[in-house]
Amino acid sequence: MSEALLIVAHGSHLNPRSSTPAQDHADTIRASGRVDEVREAYWKEEPSFRNALRTVTADEVYVVPLFVSEGYFTEQVIPRELRLDFEAADWDSDGTSADHATFTPTDVDKTVHYCGPVGTHDAMTDVIVRRAETVTGDDDVGAGVGLAVVGHGTNRNENSAKAIQYHADRIRDRDRFGEVRALFMDEEPEVDDVTDHFESDDIVLVPLFVADGYHTQEDIPEDVGLTDDGRGGYAVPTRIDGHDVWYAGAIGTEPLMADVVLERAADAGADVDAHDPRDGTTDAARADGD
Amino acid sequence: MSGPTATDPAEALRTAAADGVDFDGLEATRDDDGFHLAVPEARYDGLSASAFLDAARGHEAYVEDWFFWHQHAPQDDASWAFLRWVERADDPLPERRTRLADGTAREWGQLLIETRTGERGRRRYDLRHVDDADTDDDALSVHTDPHDARRIRKTDDDGRYRPLSTAPTLPHGWAFADLGPAALVRAVEGFYPATIGNWHREREGRLDVTHWTEAVARQTGIYGVVETWDRGEGHEHVNWVAEACCADSECLKRREWAYDDETPLDVPGGDGVFPCREPCSLVIAAARRWTRMEAEASRTYEFDLTPSEKAQLEELVDAVADGRTDEIREADTSDGANRYRTRYLRAKLFDDEGNLCGVPTEADDADTE
Repeated sequence: MSEALLIVAHGSHLNPRSSTPAQDHADTIRASGRVDEVREAYWKEEPSFRNALRTVTADEVYVVPLFVSEGYFTEQVIPRELRLDFEAADWDSDGTSADHATFTPTDVDKTVHYCGPVGTHDAMTDVIVRRAETVTGDDDVGAGVGLAVVGHGTNRNENSAKAIQYHADRIRDRDRFGEVRALFMDEEPEVDDVTDHFESDDIVLVPLFVADGYHTQEDIPEDVGLTDDGRGGYAVPTRIDGHDVWYAGAIGTEPLMADVVLERAADAGADVDAHDPRDGTTDAARADGD
Repeated sequence: MSGPTATDPAEALRTAAADGVDFDGLEATRDDDGFHLAVPEARYDGLSASAFLDAARGHEAYVEDWFFWHQHAPQDDASWAFLRWVERADDPLPERRTRLADGTAREWGQLLIETRTGERGRRRYDLRHVDDADTDDDALSVHTDPHDARRIRKTDDDGRYRPLSTAPTLPHGWAFADLGPAALVRAVEGFYPATIGNWHREREGRLDVTHWTEAVARQTGIYGVVETWDRGEGHEHVNWVAEACCADSECLKRREWAYDDETPLDVPGGDGVFPCREPCSLVIAAARRWTRMEAEASRTYEFDLTPSEKAQLEELVDAVADGRTDEIREADTSDGANRYRTRYLRAKLFDDEGNLCGVPTEADDADTE
């Protein structure tokens, strides 16, 4: 039985970089050969969620949302547009524990394994830590360093903050960093006052956003005080109020995210280790570059 | 469809004969009398297994053609139908083979797909912008990974972002060379996502069209407001939406959706080869903007304009709506949308707040109510 991975992401009508992480991770996974067929679909670009499943050849489709948190998109928009008979109760989630549920969409003759978003997967914790390592250039970063996991936050959906808090708590439990905080753009505690929340001389900010865009490149750097005008870029680190602040950019661009996508599919039953391209048994389609 | 597994076309055909083959003029069967083989020019009955191979090898064109379509072409229905369409497979095989030997071209939106036969009748495909048909490969950036198409389609020739992949602004200067059939399908889908699947559904008479009223009824969040645009006032506003967004000048898809399943729109749906089965996200997002604007009541303003100034404002709207502003020559002051003329109009008629003829936009400040 053939299997496909469908990465679903927001995309944008205005910002061409919004879909870049989904494309990059799809390419990485495709190159790894661990899934025969890898496709992407977008809310704001093409193929649309609405047409997504008809771009897939396989009978079994693992749908992984490249979203940070559970909520409006993962529980309403994506299932509705994919024509899945989904209720939030199908996930039986506390806001960060969605795993997967299986459906038969109404417009294609396929089985869809609908997964929770990448942002709430446990493996995401490691990606955040890895991001702190790459931005500081220190694979042992942690001792005496403050780590801020930064989310958008919104008072309209409590799950938005839960995902950020979840990973901050998990990293704190590892006792690797001197201090760990969850901070937000649009709710308390706010990232604007980042230095108020830390004693450590060095503070690493990792924004839990999928794509680099206005929020991660302009809003947060300006709010934090990294720069007066985000369009001109910012220094890493930047000295603010006696602290060195290291800023990472959107976590969604981290190459390790491709592994989280695969973990989501594997948790839902995908046979992601069965297709090593180095075994020499490529079929005609792959020989053609598929 | 399940394909043969042998690597030799004649041997594969002999295996498949047990289930019966009837494809593009080639027939192969097996019964108690032995093997049977038929092509339009000849027929062989009661063949032994080895005689069948000899006969099949005597009609290589048919056997290799069958082999290509059942072993090398992708076996999903939509891709298969698309590749058949690309080489005009309705034509009789000998004629088609002759044509394919030199290469035959077909357009799909702004894509030019050239098909030719290679080793053992296998098809190879070249893909480029239709406008680059006569451009040497040396002058193009040549790609081999079909997934590159997703990135090429992102910007136009001026580097501007293309949120709508079927906008008629596909950039030039690239080529995909010597693709196999599955790779061609991937590249085409990279440029124009989901078009092959929906085109195939339409040909099969099972395109699932979602009309305007259904599409807006399922919107939620910030787009839920669009449904309020229908206030029992007919569907003229949807005609305007389609005229604004769905013309060939803006999108190469052919609009198949209407107001509802009983109410066609009054404006043409375009001539594109691939169908549009429901209002897209750009249309819905624009409709949200118009829904908010159309919630305003109209009011009367009074402006003093010369006839030329009024005509110039109309020319300006036309020029922007038709995307013509870049084409207007610097010194062509005969064109109402010429930049110098526009700046003169602004200098003369706008006040310091940007109000036309000094007439405020807000009703409370207007003296024309």
